[in-house]
Amino acid sequence: MSAAAQRVAAAAMHAGTSGPDPAPLDASSIRVEFPILWQSVHGKPLVYLDNAATTQKPACVLDAVDAYYRCDNANVHRAVHTLSERATVAFEQARAQVARFVGARDSSEIVFTRGATEALNLVASSYGDMVLRESDEVVLTEMEHHSNIVPWQMACARTGATLRVVPIDDRGELDIEAFGNLLGPRTRIVAVTHVSNALGTVNPVAELVAMAHAAGAKVVVDGAQALPHASVDVAALDCDFYAFSGHKVYAPMGVGALYAKRELLDAMPPWQGGGDMILSVTFEKTLYNVPPYKFEAGTPDVGGAVGLGAALAWLESLGIERVAAHENDLMAYAQQALLGVAGLRVVGTAARKAGVHSFMLEGIHPHDVGTILDHQGVAIRTGHHCAQPVMQHFGIAATARASFAVYNTREDVDRLVDGLHEVKEVFG
Amino acid sequence: MTSDLRDLYQELILDHGRHPRNSGKLAAATHHADGYNPLCGDKITLYLDVDGGKVRSASFEGQGCAISQASASLMTEGIKGKTVAEVLALFRKLTATVTGRDDDAALESSVELGKLAVFEGVRQYPMRVKCATLAWHTLRNALEGKDVEVAVTE
Repeated sequence: MSAAAQRVAAAAMHAGTSGPDPAPLDASSIRVEFPILWQSVHGKPLVYLDNAATTQKPACVLDAVDAYYRCDNANVHRAVHTLSERATVAFEQARAQVARFVGARDSSEIVFTRGATEALNLVASSYGDMVLRESDEVVLTEMEHHSNIVPWQMACARTGATLRVVPIDDRGELDIEAFGNLLGPRTRIVAVTHVSNALGTVNPVAELVAMAHAAGAKVVVDGAQALPHASVDVAALDCDFYAFSGHKVYAPMGVGALYAKRELLDAMPPWQGGGDMILSVTFEKTLYNVPPYKFEAGTPDVGGAVGLGAALAWLESLGIERVAAHENDLMAYAQQALLGVAGLRVVGTAARKAGVHSFMLEGIHPHDVGTILDHQGVAIRTGHHCAQPVMQHFGIAATARASFAVYNTREDVDRLVDGLHEVKEVFG
Repeated sequence: MTSDLRDLYQELILDHGRHPRNSGKLAAATHHADGYNPLCGDKITLYLDVDGGKVRSASFEGQGCAISQASASLMTEGIKGKTVAEVLALFRKLTATVTGRDDDAALESSVELGKLAVFEGVRQYPMRVKCATLAWHTLRNALEGKDVEVAVTE
């Protein structure tokens, strides 16, 4: 058994009786668990700092997916044979793992989706179409990812509702007073990101939820950038919906989940039709299944769900508080190091940030920065980060973005800074 | 700097990226078109003064990376005085060269790349090819009268 598997098994055995190891994380030993990071790019050991786009996968997640397909693969919730039973158990165990990880009261509050985008589209289509009427309002923020903007524009176009946008300030923080002023009797839905993918801003979601609820609105949280970095408790946040992607939290691409309060899922109409989401079908009348299955038409990505369950168990075994502490240390170290580069400006300077530093180098376009860093073996993201309204706010077309994960080290930050000096030399 | 990186960021490209030639609006423009690269947000508006089947003058406004700015700058220099047919042949040769597309007719055409050969190194950087071709796709749209269509390098 690998070290990671032993740790996961130990953590599972001791769950509830003893907390995770309180010692600080040793990121360099965690890095070893990620086979993809063992390679060189352009002759230099890979430094992967594009984690807000997608994280790499630890061996235990790859093994779990592989073992599922080698040993247990069958369709779920259908046949009576042994493999189908094993696949169904594995799928539902993954759902229970997700529910536990985000603090849901019950597994039935977790709907598997292709990712955060599909989860947000599900809410906008099903819940949005159910409650929105002409002259109703959907409130979202200037820092949303396109995936938490476009589904609402589409819902507004279908229903005649109106979008209202909460502005951000020049530090990249939400204008809470403006948010309060936008809330009113017509507000039906508030859609807000937990952590900004372009700026790293951590929003005070619990406070926003309380304000929205006082105005009678439901709150949809895009948690794609939050879940990898901090302990998330949907019950404590009291949000109505929470969407996230597996691939940003060390799980495979193609799977994610929507948390929704059970009473909302009960009231919402199905979104997509097909197998698994029905109880009975005749040409006269179809009876829908109960949540979460009502929202899971067709064969799901069972292997992906198994990988997601394994990834969350792995994170739990590390201790999400230790992960957060390590990443906070890295963020602070990176901020200091970046500010030491002459001509570098950090875009997004909120008091609370997670995972992301966006920046500009004076006189050098982010794409050129990205290509030259790649030549140093350092992978970062450059562009608008699917958050064009954020770019418009700051009057820029693109930023360079370094984003961190649990396997990143201070040495990775040093390599980034060395690379930036090389960029400046090329353009000097 | 490693040599293959120098293939991309040649001095000529860095110079034109820093100091684009023919920058600004062209008062006497007979043709114009907009280009946009949604991947990186590069934008260009191209202006042409075409008279008697010849490009008399060309200029551009825009923002973007060093490659895209240098490409627009060197393109506007390179097409001045050429006939529309020569410019379109140059378009085919340049785009075939930087994309590595199997287009023998274009690659063997007698039209000379001249200074534009500096973009040959872009072929080694598939993610950057669109930076080099945006201005050229915008040029073709302008010449073909597709000024209502935004060129997107596809």
